[in-house]
Amino acid sequence: MSIVIRNVSKRFGDFVALDDVSLEVEGGSLTALLGPSGSGKSTLLRIIAGLEWPDQGEVELSGEDATALTPQKRNVGFVFQHYAAFKHMNVRENIAFGLKVRKRPRAEIHERVDRLLQLVQLEAFGHRYPAQLSGGQRQRMALARALAPEPQVLLLDEPFGALDARVRAELREWLRRLHDEVHVTTIFVTHDQAEAMDVASQIAVMNHARIEQVGSPTELYDEPATEFVMSFVGEANRLGSAWVRPHELDVAHQPTEDAVEALIERITPYGFDARIELALGGGEAVTVQMTRERLELLELERGQIVWVRPDRERVFDERGRAPAAATA
Amino acid sequence: MSSIETLGRARPVRIPRETATALSLGFVVAFLSVVVALPMAALIWESTKEGSAGFWEVVTSPQSLAALKLSFGVSLVIAVINGITGTLIAWVLVRDEFRGKRVVNAIIDLPFALPTIVAGLVLLALYGPSSPIGVDVAFSRTAIVLALLFVTLPFVVRTVQPVLHELDREMEQAARSLGASEATIFRRIVLPNILPGILSGVALAFARAVGEIGSLVIISGSLPYKTEVASVYILSRVESGDRAGAAAIAVVLLVSSFLVILGIGVVRRLTTRHDVAQARA
Amino acid sequence: MRPATLGSRTRRHVLRWTALAYLLAILVGPLAMVFWRTFENGYDAAWSALTTPETVQAFKLTLLITAIAVPLNTVFGVVCALAIVRRDFPGKGLLNAFVDLPLALSPVVVGLSLFLLYGREGWFGGWLEEHDIQVLFALPAMVLATVFVSLPFVCREVVPTLREIGDEQEQAARTLGASGWQTLRRITLPAIRWAIVYGVVLTTARCLGEYGAVAVVSGRIQGQTETATLRVEERYDSFDVQGAYAISLVLALLAVLVLIAMTVFQRKEETA
Repeated sequence: MSIVIRNVSKRFGDFVALDDVSLEVEGGSLTALLGPSGSGKSTLLRIIAGLEWPDQGEVELSGEDATALTPQKRNVGFVFQHYAAFKHMNVRENIAFGLKVRKRPRAEIHERVDRLLQLVQLEAFGHRYPAQLSGGQRQRMALARALAPEPQVLLLDEPFGALDARVRAELREWLRRLHDEVHVTTIFVTHDQAEAMDVASQIAVMNHARIEQVGSPTELYDEPATEFVMSFVGEANRLGSAWVRPHELDVAHQPTEDAVEALIERITPYGFDARIELALGGGEAVTVQMTRERLELLELERGQIVWVRPDRERVFDERGRAPAAATA
Repeated sequence: MSSIETLGRARPVRIPRETATALSLGFVVAFLSVVVALPMAALIWESTKEGSAGFWEVVTSPQSLAALKLSFGVSLVIAVINGITGTLIAWVLVRDEFRGKRVVNAIIDLPFALPTIVAGLVLLALYGPSSPIGVDVAFSRTAIVLALLFVTLPFVVRTVQPVLHELDREMEQAARSLGASEATIFRRIVLPNILPGILSGVALAFARAVGEIGSLVIISGSLPYKTEVASVYILSRVESGDRAGAAAIAVVLLVSSFLVILGIGVVRRLTTRHDVAQARA
Repeated sequence: MRPATLGSRTRRHVLRWTALAYLLAILVGPLAMVFWRTFENGYDAAWSALTTPETVQAFKLTLLITAIAVPLNTVFGVVCALAIVRRDFPGKGLLNAFVDLPLALSPVVVGLSLFLLYGREGWFGGWLEEHDIQVLFALPAMVLATVFVSLPFVCREVVPTLREIGDEQEQAARTLGASGWQTLRRITLPAIRWAIVYGVVLTTARCLGEYGAVAVVSGRIQGQTETATLRVEERYDSFDVQGAYAISLVLALLAVLVLIAMTVFQRKEETA
């Protein structure tokens, strides 16, 4: 199911949650809404689900105007950050809920719940109650529950936010494989850029109630459209008014035309690469990333004064937007 | 060490924990014995003075049976009505917003604060012979129901309100996203989770209704076999000097009160089942 | 822009107005009646009804009993709550049941049990008569009855608050060298003070409004063992309806004061 959001705005009292936001999501894709807290990403997700209503703008699901539809009629699956498990029902009953509400025959429900339990690897837990499950298990149950009525869209609101790092990494991997298998249009909200880059094929970066850029992880990383995207997605250094990625900087012992003087404060080799942390004249911190080979070639050591030169820099205008080309 | 020296070293008297525990427990037990346990013992003793045969004879005498049946029957009806209206009022107080809601919330406790004799008097004024709205149900079973609805009003409301307040709204949103109608959501998501609150409120309302006296003495008319409730009947037995008879019926009420208290405890223990692990998680 | 607004708004209004109508019929209407009926015949009639010597004595008696019962139950309530929450001992469940019993027990049963204990043919009756001590049909029995029926409130309010605040602060005080009493006075009691206040308000209301138990044990001797609530009934039975309403009005005003106090202190309890 494709989703089109057109000029959606929403306020809560004085707070502007969404400011004229438009977005197109292709059917079958896995999209992330990425941004810091307060950027409006959860509000946008809830508006797509029908759990909130926009003050202005439209929401289209599969080409049909869904703005006035209740959540019941939108056929969307929603997964909450804190699971929203029906704590008075066991796992099977939770998963079956959407099917029971649609009055499906008992045998069909039973079979579908079995299959879903298998899919989320909770076969042995069918008769347990949510209180008896771990956080990761509860979230898998919540996913199965959302998928049971075969929704056309799957929406996840910071689904792994309440879980610890190891479980988060596992479930990320798992969500990607699930999407490969099930192919339902999926949108998930996160503030973790590594998570978005890892899982999604398309990312919409949001900040202060607006979408700054939509693109693939590579596009966002290589061609950030705004200063915010540059600094939020991937690591970035500021050299004066220009922005440079750590691996787009080179170090030399002699000054060159556009190089800046810097003091090497720390060198951290790891695996194939090395990170060099330097301090510029005014005290600003800069991080350079290079291969160990190059590090050894340059014979860099802590305490040296060196010259840092950008291979590629990006400059953004007063409004934080990127001009057409970047210097090379 | 001379006594002057010991005086100079004034230190706080430290009572060891075990002694403090023993003292406070001793006080509590003594207080409860004098105030509650001893009188209850005297009551049970008196009721068995004529033996168990005498006990049953009094309790099953026609007038007594009528009074007991009326009390328990009406109280059951009251409990059910309160289950519904109390939940409704709690819902409106928790989920709705309107001007004056705070005042309405405060008024709910009026039956706790107003003496029951006054309640009976004013209900008579409103729904009795000189009623300004032309409704006269005085000295009837309807009057009893009205009086009991007044005195039991706060119970279910106050036990359901906190439970409703704590309810995870996202469960309802999840149910909405899964396609459930509002009625289904109430029936399958909200109700099962507030049921313990409703049940304990209903139990308290029942117990209160069974034992109510003040609001009924005036408005019910106390007609034997018609509008004479158990508590009023006990009073009449005392006034006629039949202390053993009064005691027997009083013991029936005592047992029912005790059962209600135990029942509420059971409900409370059963319902922490779902929430126990949340403290764990 | 909200979909299905009409349906959900209608539903909300139906629920709201049904609830309010029910409250009007059952609560507000009757309360309004007190005010109306009392002043039906003018202020003077109401005032003279209130200032008869017996009525004044009845109010004094009610206040006296309350002034004795409330402090007793407050001390009991706090000590009992501390024992229940902070200590372990066998029979805690039974203790809880006894404390909660007055909530579910008919006041007439309470009165009768006291009657049987302290009456002439009761357990202590003989001994009391020998020593010329008057319990029944006198102040002591009325105080005992009122203490019984208003027993649970302070304890029940303090227990959940004690549970919620936990004993970490008390443990910290101990490690800093405070004795049990110092900890109690400086840490525990301040932490539960609003719960105690709220419990005292409820206890006071119950004492002021008590009828059934004192009706049995007092003998209703006018001017001596007649409380305000008993007097209301007495005036009504004597066809002095005006008098009955006048006394009821005072009691109702006290009730409204109690409601205000409850609202104020409940919020203090919650924000503490």
